[in-house]
Amino acid sequence: MLSRTADSLYWLSRYIERAENLARILGVAERLSTLPSAYAGASSEWESAIATAACGPAFFNTYSHASRANVIEFIVASEANDSSIRKCVETARTNARSVRTALTTEMWEIINGLWHEVQKFKLKNIDPSQLAKFLTVIQEASLRFDGAAYRTMLRTDHFHFQRIGMFLERSDNIARLMDVKYHVLLPEQEPVGGGLDYFQWSAILRAVGALTSYNWVYRDNVKPWLVADFMILRLEQPRSLISSYENLNRQLDSLSEKYGRQGQAQRLARVTFANLQNQNIDDLFQSGLHEFLTGFIQSNDALGAAVTEQYLL
Amino acid sequence: MAAKGQGSGQRTVQPKSGAKSVFDEMNGADGVLRDGYHTLSRWLGEAPPELLANRKGEAEYFFRRIGITFNVYGDAEGTERIIPFDIVPRVLTMKEWDKLAKGLEQRVKALNAFIGDAYGERRIVKEGIVPEELILQNPAFEPAMTRIQPPGGVYVHIAGIDIVRDGPDDFYVLEDNARTPSGVSYMLENREAMMRLFPELFGKLKIAPVDNYCDNLLRTLRSVAPPGASSEPVVVLLTPGPFNSAYYEHSFLADKMGIELVEGRDLFVRGNIVFMRTTEGPKRVDVIYRRVDDEFLDPLAFNPTSMLGVPGLMSAYAAGNVTISNAVGTGICDDKAIYSYMPEIVKFYLGEEPILLNVPTWRCREPQALKYVLDHLPELVVKEVNGSGGYGMLVGPHATKEQIEIFRAKLVAHPEGFIAQPTLALSTVPCFVDSGLAPRHVDLRPYVLCGADGVRVVPGGLTRVALKEGSLVVNSSQGGGTKDTWVVEGDLTPLGDR
Repeated sequence: MLSRTADSLYWLSRYIERAENLARILGVAERLSTLPSAYAGASSEWESAIATAACGPAFFNTYSHASRANVIEFIVASEANDSSIRKCVETARTNARSVRTALTTEMWEIINGLWHEVQKFKLKNIDPSQLAKFLTVIQEASLRFDGAAYRTMLRTDHFHFQRIGMFLERSDNIARLMDVKYHVLLPEQEPVGGGLDYFQWSAILRAVGALTSYNWVYRDNVKPWLVADFMILRLEQPRSLISSYENLNRQLDSLSEKYGRQGQAQRLARVTFANLQNQNIDDLFQSGLHEFLTGFIQSNDALGAAVTEQYLL
Repeated sequence: MAAKGQGSGQRTVQPKSGAKSVFDEMNGADGVLRDGYHTLSRWLGEAPPELLANRKGEAEYFFRRIGITFNVYGDAEGTERIIPFDIVPRVLTMKEWDKLAKGLEQRVKALNAFIGDAYGERRIVKEGIVPEELILQNPAFEPAMTRIQPPGGVYVHIAGIDIVRDGPDDFYVLEDNARTPSGVSYMLENREAMMRLFPELFGKLKIAPVDNYCDNLLRTLRSVAPPGASSEPVVVLLTPGPFNSAYYEHSFLADKMGIELVEGRDLFVRGNIVFMRTTEGPKRVDVIYRRVDDEFLDPLAFNPTSMLGVPGLMSAYAAGNVTISNAVGTGICDDKAIYSYMPEIVKFYLGEEPILLNVPTWRCREPQALKYVLDHLPELVVKEVNGSGGYGMLVGPHATKEQIEIFRAKLVAHPEGFIAQPTLALSTVPCFVDSGLAPRHVDLRPYVLCGADGVRVVPGGLTRVALKEGSLVVNSSQGGGTKDTWVVEGDLTPLGDR
């Protein structure tokens, strides 16, 4: 397939995934910020939303402090933010338009429909009920896009590049979300059975839509090291880092089988996957969760660069 | 070269003047329901207006959702619009279509023969039929083509022949589009929309399908692959990119044919062979269905600032390693002065009487004709010989005094740049507009495919409609819309009613 087509498919999938993650981050921040202050952590939910969305510097160029209104405006639609949800949708559609033929009709209709839908929202001074509606539209479109890709795309290299973009972006987003919350995930001062941190831990699960499934897997109340275990090392959790890497490995292997050769991208993905398989959560906490996550984000970036170098230029 | 006065114009049938009653394709000129329209007319009569309004809304929703849009150059707000779609179909009977199809095939064969001759011996010039300067001074004339022989001797693989009628029997060719005719995706999507909106009518009528167009197109393109290509030639569609007004169509066609939609930067030339950049490395390209104009194809051969083309493409073409479709330099037939010679061109190359008529045309380059045109400006349509898209055109009966004077000045300064035609009483077809059902003027663009293995035409085409009451300009850039075109078998008037 054309390198440019692969590039657009890859980025379009990244942007849709990113939009969904941003929507989830805002949803959780909105929920936590409504709790009485005794239940909230030391730092404001809105600051941590900005940190998770990895747009701190751009944000503080525009605003002096992270209030609810500022953060929502910035993440949803600000012109100053190249990764606002609206911008992600626009960029995804521009990419989709330029590779219209590489998408199935269903995929295109979802992206085009989402774009039209987003145009309709009044995104200035958005009120809570509008925000909830908006976030739902984004999350549902992402779900449907994923489903449409899975159900309608030919299993050719088109499909592999679509998946690679999605899983790379997801790994990055999950790792960032965990890293921002890592201070509350440190187990030492954990007052067993509740306290204010309970809401923070469950917020992480909620952000990835995994609160219920956590209960099914652990049959235990929400404990920080179990949350970390669930989000990093458990294959049965489809948004965990190890799940994303299992998928990345599979897609990259399929590519190398089809093309009859492999390269740096396959090697990097295998190394990261093997590292995750060989980890256990106690050791991971021993050597430092923050250090682990920082390292992971770097190697994930390196994989993205290798995919670009190998296939997309 | 001897001036030939009105040339073909005087020998073709004189169209009825605008003063006469307009021919309506459903109701005739005399209000007697015509063949092919019985079922439709009954259905329209019984359908409550809310139902039609409702379906019209559904149609708009359908077109927006699939993203069938076009961009209007120079339009600041909203670069994407949908072309207005009228839900009432236009009907042609199978008998009308058969005649039309024969005429189209004849016309396109003649066009190809003419281009081959124009870049070859120029017999038609030696025989004194077409003046040499009309060929050599034509801005679309491409000298390099005198040294290039396209496979099968076919230059125009895809032609859009614009057809109008002003009565039950005669079809006139208004324009030949031999460069890169567009709009075929609307023909196909209009049908798609109609089948969703009016399944009951498709159940009652025998409507010839059009959806094999893309298969035919791919077969046509493969048939003209260079001799050295493999048995499964690699065909690509070259687009200027997403900002081009016809981008939707480019992606639509590539998708339906299952071929790569490439931009100039996806291709490169090495050793006079064209390759595309793929995730698996370079891949050889045999046929380029280009939707990029001649002058942007190759910055080394034409416009050096073009970012849309592929450096070296013309030398690969000249080496016979790639086929460009349509061939370079076919624009000489889009010229309206050449158009005026088409009846002679058909006779000269094919030895047949032309089946399709030409609209009588005054070539303003000829002094007598110019005098006549200047004396009758308010009645005539004046067109630039190289104009397209309804731009640079004077519609005398609808023009203000100032507009007429502006054109008079232009004509006196550059008579060779213009032709004039009588204002045709274009036929009308009922349309569903704000006030209900009302007649609007239409034209028809059928798409004719010509490969090394023969000519193919799908029964139908793009009907363009001037949605403004009384307007004769059907171009989408000027407020025109489209409707589906049905070639219907049967549905004839019962004998007793004739």
